[in-house]
Amino acid sequence: MTGLLAMFRRLEGPQTAGRGPAFWGLFALVLAVALAYPLFSDGYTVGNTVYFFVWVFIALSLCLIWGYGGSLSFGQTAFFGIAGYGYGILTINFGSAYGFTLVALVAAVAIAALFAVLLGYFMFFGRIAGVFLGIVTLAVTLMLERFMAQTAGPEWHIGTARLNGFNGMSAMPPLTIPWPGEPIVLFADVGLYYLVLGLLVFVYLALRILMNSSFGNVIVAIRENPERAEMLGYDIRKYQLITFVIGAALAGLSGVLYTVWGQYITPSSMGMTAAALPLIWVAVGGRSDLTSTVIGTLVVLAAFQALTIYGSQYALVFMGVLLVLTVLIAPNGLVLGVMNWLGRIATRLTQRAG
Amino acid sequence: MSLLELRKLNKHFGGLHVTNSVDLTLRAGEIHCLIGPNGAGKSTLFRLILGEHHPGSGDILFAGENITALKSFARIHRGLSVKFQVPGVFKGLSVRQNLEIALQSRHRGRELEAEIGRLLAFLGLESEQAQIAGNLSHGQKQWLEIGMAVSLKPRLLLLDEPTAGMSPEETHMTGEMVQRLNADGMTVLAIEHDMAFVRQVAHRVTVLHLGQVFAQGSIDEIVADERVAAIYLGQAHA
Ligand SMILES: Nc1ncnc2c1ncn2[C@@H]1O[C@H](COP(=O)(O)OP(=O)(O)OP(=O)(O)O)[C@@H](O)[C@H]1O
Ligand SMILES: [Mg+2]
Repeated sequence: MTGLLAMFRRLEGPQTAGRGPAFWGLFALVLAVALAYPLFSDGYTVGNTVYFFVWVFIALSLCLIWGYGGSLSFGQTAFFGIAGYGYGILTINFGSAYGFTLVALVAAVAIAALFAVLLGYFMFFGRIAGVFLGIVTLAVTLMLERFMAQTAGPEWHIGTARLNGFNGMSAMPPLTIPWPGEPIVLFADVGLYYLVLGLLVFVYLALRILMNSSFGNVIVAIRENPERAEMLGYDIRKYQLITFVIGAALAGLSGVLYTVWGQYITPSSMGMTAAALPLIWVAVGGRSDLTSTVIGTLVVLAAFQALTIYGSQYALVFMGVLLVLTVLIAPNGLVLGVMNWLGRIATRLTQRAG
Repeated sequence: MSLLELRKLNKHFGGLHVTNSVDLTLRAGEIHCLIGPNGAGKSTLFRLILGEHHPGSGDILFAGENITALKSFARIHRGLSVKFQVPGVFKGLSVRQNLEIALQSRHRGRELEAEIGRLLAFLGLESEQAQIAGNLSHGQKQWLEIGMAVSLKPRLLLLDEPTAGMSPEETHMTGEMVQRLNADGMTVLAIEHDMAFVRQVAHRVTVLHLGQVFAQGSIDEIVADERVAAIYLGQAHA
């Protein structure tokens, strides 16, 4: 009981922006709107919103590893792809009966996490850090993309699942919940919306608790000064590895949900552009804060999509400009900058009132 | 009884022989100062003791155990702790958080809060606790890091130039801090250039020059040693 209470107290803390009744009131309001929203909207728009939500998990994974942990990883898209393909291969082979798609979701995320254990062990226990970590993770991502892109031939299959090279895999079954009578199939509209929203809220709150815990303290300590952290007696390699694996699982979750959403996954989801975009969302939002990352990702994605109507090349240029502006104006993130500014105003107002 | 024993410790950086067959024994309970000109290899010796660098040859014994092959964090668990030459505080975090990170592995909940409060008082940093550590003055950063190092309740505290950047009054206060810790049973090895500090605290002094132990004795013996005076004036042929 006290343990549970202590856990909830960690929803707030120095590592996460937003505290007090004002913040949580706003949070509840946003959540209520999000819950009611499908009732007032058409299936296509709801499905499109799911698409936005799906990317937030990979953004949060980068926020965790890079923003909090200080290790810039280009490898998140690799985990995204591994889990996406993993889900496809499993469900195409074993189908969707008996709730197997849910098992496949968990298994695909676990495969991505396992891969991260191997890669992370090699990097962190080999003391690879800084720029070199970026290079290694990027190389792994691009290698996976290259590899998957050349699997067009019929000889490339796992069980009945053809890998299909550059065109990628498609027609895997959507998530299906077994139900007496008729199983519930979560197509990319209202059904999937509530599942993904639920996962998003859960992950967001869980990460808040984690980052404000003593574990989170060590993670930011490693970002600030790894040598000092180690000289306080922390085996920093372990902490870095665990963070990396949690991040990989989140990126993997993104990949599975993406695959489930569109019922396809292609090698380009692990390409250079795919690897760079989450970095931009997270940097623009505010990499060192969970809330800023979520807001930033959703806003930038929406803007990106709005611009794509005029041609995707313009949208990409816009992304680049946005990144440069962020670096120049608010290096810690635009959304975080605004949030801190609002926080200061709120403090001033309460001081005046009190 | 000896707490730390360095035996024939050697370290090369390329062609540079930074630590040249160093033998050094620290007695449990003493305050030992390590002095020597810039580049003598003092900080390197610390890094060898801490396991950040590994010696080419030689052994490091701590409380009778050979720790030469241990990882840094494991040496910290054995009872070593350090304040670095360049203050190694967590610059982006608050003073309070800095101390919390140092203390959280041995204290939880209300006890942790109490320990943080006690340490803030010991360091005289109570009014700065919400301050971002990067905004502290150089001297305050030094104290904060000393506080973090001390919070581990080490058996041996290594201090690399603890008073650099401090006024004479602050230096004196730091000296008293070290003496209080020592009175509670902490053995201290301090690298220091400030002779007033050395005179205030040191039970014994070792002079390191060109990676070798050049002289050892009480502060009066060291000050009286003409060869030591000579190397500080840059005329030595060690
Ligand atoms: N990582 C390293 N690689 C190469 N050379 C190094 C390294 N660290 C230190 N040195 C060299 O080793 C010598 C001793 O350095 P060290 O920092 O131990 O000296 P010091 O006695 O602490 O000096 P100071 O009083 O200036 O702090 C210097 O010549 C330095 O340039
Ligand atoms: Mg030095």
